[in-house]
Amino acid sequence: MTADPGYNFAYLDENTKRMIRRAILKAIAIPGHQVPFGGREMPLPYGWGTGGIQVTASLLGPDDVLKVIDQGADDTTNAVSIRHFFRRVAGIAVTTRTREASIIQTRHRIPEAKLTEGQIIVYQVPMPEPMFRLEPRLTETRRMHGLADYGVMHVKLYEDVACHGEISIAYNYPVMVHGRYLMSPSPIPAFDNPKMDRMPALQLFGAGREKRIYAVPPYTSVRSLDFEDHPFRAHRAKGCCALCGAGDSYLDEVVTDDRGGRMFVCSDTDYCEERQASRTENAA
Amino acid sequence: MAYVAVKGGEQAIRHAHAWLGETRRGDPVTAELEIAQIEQQLGLAVDRVMAEGSCLDRGLAALAIKQAQGDLIEAIFLLRAYRTTLPRFGYARPLDTAAMRLNRRVSATYKDLPGGQVLGPTYDYTHRLLDFSLARPDAAPEAAPQAAEPQPAAPHVTELLSREGLMAREPEDGQEPADLTRQPQSFPADRSARLQNLARGDEGFLLSLGYSTQRGYGNSHPFVGEIRQGLVTVSMVPPELGFEIDLGEIEVTECQMVNQFHGSRSQPPQFTRGYGLVLGRCERKAMSMALVDRALQAGALGEDRAAPVQDEEFVMLHSDNVEATGFVEHLKLPHYVDFQSELEVVRRLREAAAAEPRSVEAAE
Amino acid sequence: MRPGFADPVLDTQASFRAILEAMSRPGRIQRLEAAPTPPAPLAPATAAALLTLVDAETPLFTDVGGEAADWLRFHCGCPIVPQPGQAAFALIVGAPPSLSALPAGSDEDPQAGATLIWQVAALRGEAGWRLSGPGIEREHRLEVRDAPASFIGEWAEMGRAFPRGVDAILCAGRDLAALPRTLRIREG
Repeated sequence: MTADPGYNFAYLDENTKRMIRRAILKAIAIPGHQVPFGGREMPLPYGWGTGGIQVTASLLGPDDVLKVIDQGADDTTNAVSIRHFFRRVAGIAVTTRTREASIIQTRHRIPEAKLTEGQIIVYQVPMPEPMFRLEPRLTETRRMHGLADYGVMHVKLYEDVACHGEISIAYNYPVMVHGRYLMSPSPIPAFDNPKMDRMPALQLFGAGREKRIYAVPPYTSVRSLDFEDHPFRAHRAKGCCALCGAGDSYLDEVVTDDRGGRMFVCSDTDYCEERQASRTENAA
Repeated sequence: MAYVAVKGGEQAIRHAHAWLGETRRGDPVTAELEIAQIEQQLGLAVDRVMAEGSCLDRGLAALAIKQAQGDLIEAIFLLRAYRTTLPRFGYARPLDTAAMRLNRRVSATYKDLPGGQVLGPTYDYTHRLLDFSLARPDAAPEAAPQAAEPQPAAPHVTELLSREGLMAREPEDGQEPADLTRQPQSFPADRSARLQNLARGDEGFLLSLGYSTQRGYGNSHPFVGEIRQGLVTVSMVPPELGFEIDLGEIEVTECQMVNQFHGSRSQPPQFTRGYGLVLGRCERKAMSMALVDRALQAGALGEDRAAPVQDEEFVMLHSDNVEATGFVEHLKLPHYVDFQSELEVVRRLREAAAAEPRSVEAAE
Repeated sequence: MRPGFADPVLDTQASFRAILEAMSRPGRIQRLEAAPTPPAPLAPATAAALLTLVDAETPLFTDVGGEAADWLRFHCGCPIVPQPGQAAFALIVGAPPSLSALPAGSDEDPQAGATLIWQVAALRGEAGWRLSGPGIEREHRLEVRDAPASFIGEWAEMGRAFPRGVDAILCAGRDLAALPRTLRIREG
């Protein structure tokens, strides 16, 4: 498929790409810091991944192989739509295979397969500010980041422990990057947080509506906030995938009837399919 | 097995788009809407889409309205997404609204004034009775008499007050105005950024905020100094020419509210200004904008800032309907991964609670 | 006037990905195949970095003049500023200015720190400085021919002001390496 001649390669004009590229480089140089950028209006709605799309569009070249996932799956409607958008405006190759992709754009998950040095993962971010529920004012949170004053978040976690006996944040679990910046990992389940720590791949985060880009360079420390006596734990549903039998993957719960029947399947469709394929091979 | 891995997103999208196309067209027995009909006969909708879409092109705005089945926020979004791809050739000189070719000009502060009161094509004194004659085709309207002379340019009411020293003049700081379509918003914002934000902002949001100032949320005693509607000349100085050239005329609505100000330690009592300027004939929007602009000056004028409308961050970060509709509506996208993680937490907490009933005190 | 990139869209993209890789994996040398042939004293990698990152929105401080400065103005359209303290980018082909002369941003806006594009005689991996920090699994090595002896000390001094700081892109011939402000440099 060749790129739509009605638009510039990868949709954005070159000045916009240059501005975004500069922001990405600064984001990498200051791991976890939210860099403001002149986000543009995209032909997809805010909330559908416009930040991730702008980051991806500024990275993409003709040799790239793009994978797009939403909720871990390549076939969710929004993933399909974004993949189609890039096929149309950049004419690039796409894949559903995690290991074949050079760029993975994601909403809400990190693939189960370990990402490698040749890869970049681009997260779609709705709210880049990790403290927005505690302090909605940008002028305040900006000051807190400047001073590395994250007391409000520690208090919130402490209150959680006091009330519930554990930290009750299930997703978008705040992390400390390179020991300096408190960062939102985007609404991935806390289960995925440990994958971010010292990941060999470059991690980029784009928030289109809030107009922020941030990054975690490869092999950078990403620590989920916790307390010595209440260490961070990555939870998943108890059970195995009904399709591939995986006992280590993050699971989606599927309601099968209205009498309490349910089953669990891998949220990462590529991981699940690979495991199913290798089981069939082994059986043959 | 009851569960089949969900496949076919691509096909579902294709079919949904086809269905949407059919729905948009409606019954094929009815003649299809022409762009020119929308442009000519739904002019106020076209104006709103151009104003909030930040793009002056009646034909494209009409096309967007047709494509969006009359959903104006959707149409605004379409126009914005188109606009963002356009190259920028240069920057216009500031508009001179005092030289406006007026179609309408009303002042609520003076019975008569230089330039006069011009009612213009307004709904103000129509009786809101459904006009059933419009339901019949070819109901030609009564011809409006033409003025013999074009309306002369009229000085601004606020200028008359300023000459008397009763109204503060806006300081000319020589700074290039902000451009929020290029640079992200930052706070505190300057007034040019605020006005651009409001000019692009959602009419309904500004209307409600402006209304709140009148009901005591934000101290405000506004008078409509004047509303004017008409044509102003857009000119620019291309760097390669070095002199000003006229590009054409655009229709705008301007509202200047006159507000009482009791004065402060550094300033004597005088009137202050709330300013609204909107592309096209968007009078409700221009008036709301002027109220909100004045309320947002509370900090600079040393007034208390207690009401939502006086909170710059709150107003500016929630005024854009394309942003707002995106984030509200994105909640319908799949969130089952996050929901699953919450399910696990709630189940775990319930199990723990059942196993060991605790009081809040015991946890402390 | 010598031309810029042969393919402004795709060559810029390839060049950006090389710079991105360099910044993500500090000290690892990237080779720019699609670099232009700029006027002296600019090296191809230097020119590629400039075309990729600098434009009318980024004031540039530089120690080059003459044809090279004209080439820059024409292809990048960047304003050239007389003081390093006004620059978003500093292009240096001679002795680098003191890092503290360049904008370092503020604690709230550290991204306003400048980027130094520093053209050096040669870059070599597997020898020289010992690099560690984000982007580096254990250790990277980088030899920067003719780097001033004071550089490492100044760099360490700047590191104490983190998140404020300056980031550097080093260019030699068609080679390019980057030093983000998080980098720790020790003598080899």
